[in-house]
Amino acid sequence: MFRFFLGRLGLLIPTFLGVTIVAFGLVRILPADPLELLAGERGMSPERKAELMRQMGMDLPIWEQYLAYLGNLFQGDLGTSFASKRPVLDEFLQLFPATVELSFCAILIAVAIGIPLGILAAVKRGSFIDQTVMGTALIGYSMPIFWWGLLLIILFSGILQWTPVSGRISLMYFFPQVTGFMLIDSLLSGEKGAFLSAVRHLILPSIVLATIPLAVIARQTRSAMLEVLGEDYVRTARAKGLPPHRIIGLHALRNALIPVITTIGLQVGVMLAGAILTETIFSWPGIGKWLVDSIARRDYAVVQGGLLLIAAIIMLVNLIVDILYGLVNPRIRHN
Amino acid sequence: MSTSPKADSSALVEKLERESRNATRAMLAEFWYYFSQNRGAVIGLAVFLVLVVTAVFAPLIAPHAPDMQYRDSFLVPPVWQEGGKWDFLLGTDPVGRDMLSRLIYGAQYSLFIGCVVVFVALTGGVIIGLIAGYMRGAVDTFIMRIMDIILAFPSLLLALVVVALLGPGLMNAMFAIAIVLQPHFVRLTRAAVLAERSRDYVVAARVAGAGHFRLMFKTILPNCLAPLIVQATLSFSNAILDAAALGFLGVGAQPPTPEWGTMLAEAREFILRAWWVVTFPGLAILITVLAINLVGDGLRDALDPKLKRS
Repeated sequence: MFRFFLGRLGLLIPTFLGVTIVAFGLVRILPADPLELLAGERGMSPERKAELMRQMGMDLPIWEQYLAYLGNLFQGDLGTSFASKRPVLDEFLQLFPATVELSFCAILIAVAIGIPLGILAAVKRGSFIDQTVMGTALIGYSMPIFWWGLLLIILFSGILQWTPVSGRISLMYFFPQVTGFMLIDSLLSGEKGAFLSAVRHLILPSIVLATIPLAVIARQTRSAMLEVLGEDYVRTARAKGLPPHRIIGLHALRNALIPVITTIGLQVGVMLAGAILTETIFSWPGIGKWLVDSIARRDYAVVQGGLLLIAAIIMLVNLIVDILYGLVNPRIRHN
Repeated sequence: MSTSPKADSSALVEKLERESRNATRAMLAEFWYYFSQNRGAVIGLAVFLVLVVTAVFAPLIAPHAPDMQYRDSFLVPPVWQEGGKWDFLLGTDPVGRDMLSRLIYGAQYSLFIGCVVVFVALTGGVIIGLIAGYMRGAVDTFIMRIMDIILAFPSLLLALVVVALLGPGLMNAMFAIAIVLQPHFVRLTRAAVLAERSRDYVVAARVAGAGHFRLMFKTILPNCLAPLIVQATLSFSNAILDAAALGFLGVGAQPPTPEWGTMLAEAREFILRAWWVVTFPGLAILITVLAINLVGDGLRDALDPKLKRS
């Protein structure tokens, strides 16, 4: 198992280095000069510019700059935001819990609804239920989620007035950030109604973000289930006269879930991309909105750092999924 | 019997060609048989064809010019609602442009985006994948590592950053989306080539003296087409979705282009006052993407021999 883990880790290192090159390179091939952005409209004298370039190490050969960048990176220094003058990593860590909270709720919705629906569709293959579930899943899969979010706002915030339009919690409540997760913090604060307010703010964005993963998980569960239901051991279990819920729940589901785990892991990337749109629509103060705003402000240090951190998170999650996969399926581990 | 050997061989060639044409026709017939078994796929194809016709004949179909502003008709609701006008079936937007006409012209952009992105990603991906799978060794490792790196980023984020660096606009958006979709084609082509390259017919062609290019493009490639066609369909719908998302975020097609995502971005502030300016462009995106995905599912069922019902 340890060798399997090391092997997977070994594969990741070159990819991660490549990701750092991309993040470093993208900002270097900019059409705009970051120093001029820093100077603003008044511009700066050539002498001052040369001095700044020396200060920031921009007069060095490109590979030395890259090595310096890599060195800083391993010390946790991802540069400083032009706009807020704060370290990129600090800003990221402050905003990240909001995105994690949203993504976690979304994946929970997607798994809790997607897997049962997929099983149902597989068991009732070809029936009206199957066709309805799969048809709905295909619609979910094809959904432009930024539009879906707007529609939900029109219905639930506009017409029914059940949910707020944006933000994480009502402005009425003010309490210190402990964990960064609004659901937990609002409970800890002990203020009446704060938790409910947090839930009401969270629900629409979670549904929007869950839409595509839910559809993917339902489709994947159905096809994995169908494959397993055709296996010999399921036929044997049937022949033994086991009740259907035991066959499906015990024999089939456990094997069908293995590919579904991978699918769920892959949805993390989809989530983080979806968070860009969802957070923008709902003014959710997470890293997706932060990146979109930074791109609009041309705050390239943030874009560079954010891109790298998100890629690193996705790679880490994929590694964890790979290891989980190896744990539940020994055949992969020894291959 | 005094036919010359030359006439004999040309008759043979003609016979073989006829047989090969028949075989192609039989293959297409079989493909259509399986494809048409899938009702959803046929409906998707019909909707897609309607969209193509709409896009091609947009100037004839659209009741108004897409950028014509009617000063006396700001935010007119659709015709079936109170205050609606027959001139504007689906209502007008905040600056008095006809929604229906803009949606009709928008179909041109979406289909154009899909075609260009898939063409670029497919051509690039197939060539790179063929090289990787055919050459193996260091070239293969190098190419696949680069593809891994591209795939490590969420596609929309990478596209967003690339467009932000190149500057907003439809062309740059299409280019960025093509870059992020391409690794899928590379991986598929490479996997198919690896599976095919040691088959007997490839070895036979090599022994018969076929050069590298002939082996790659004429011998191996046609046998790897099925998964590529399915992936191309999925990429087509992805490209439309991503381009609309970039338009929505303000870095794709720029106003006043009647691109559906851009229309949504312009309409955002009116969502609680005028539902139609938000609802229709999104519905157009959904229907288009759904139709293409339905076709994609049908193609996969028809082209994948493993799933064929025997």
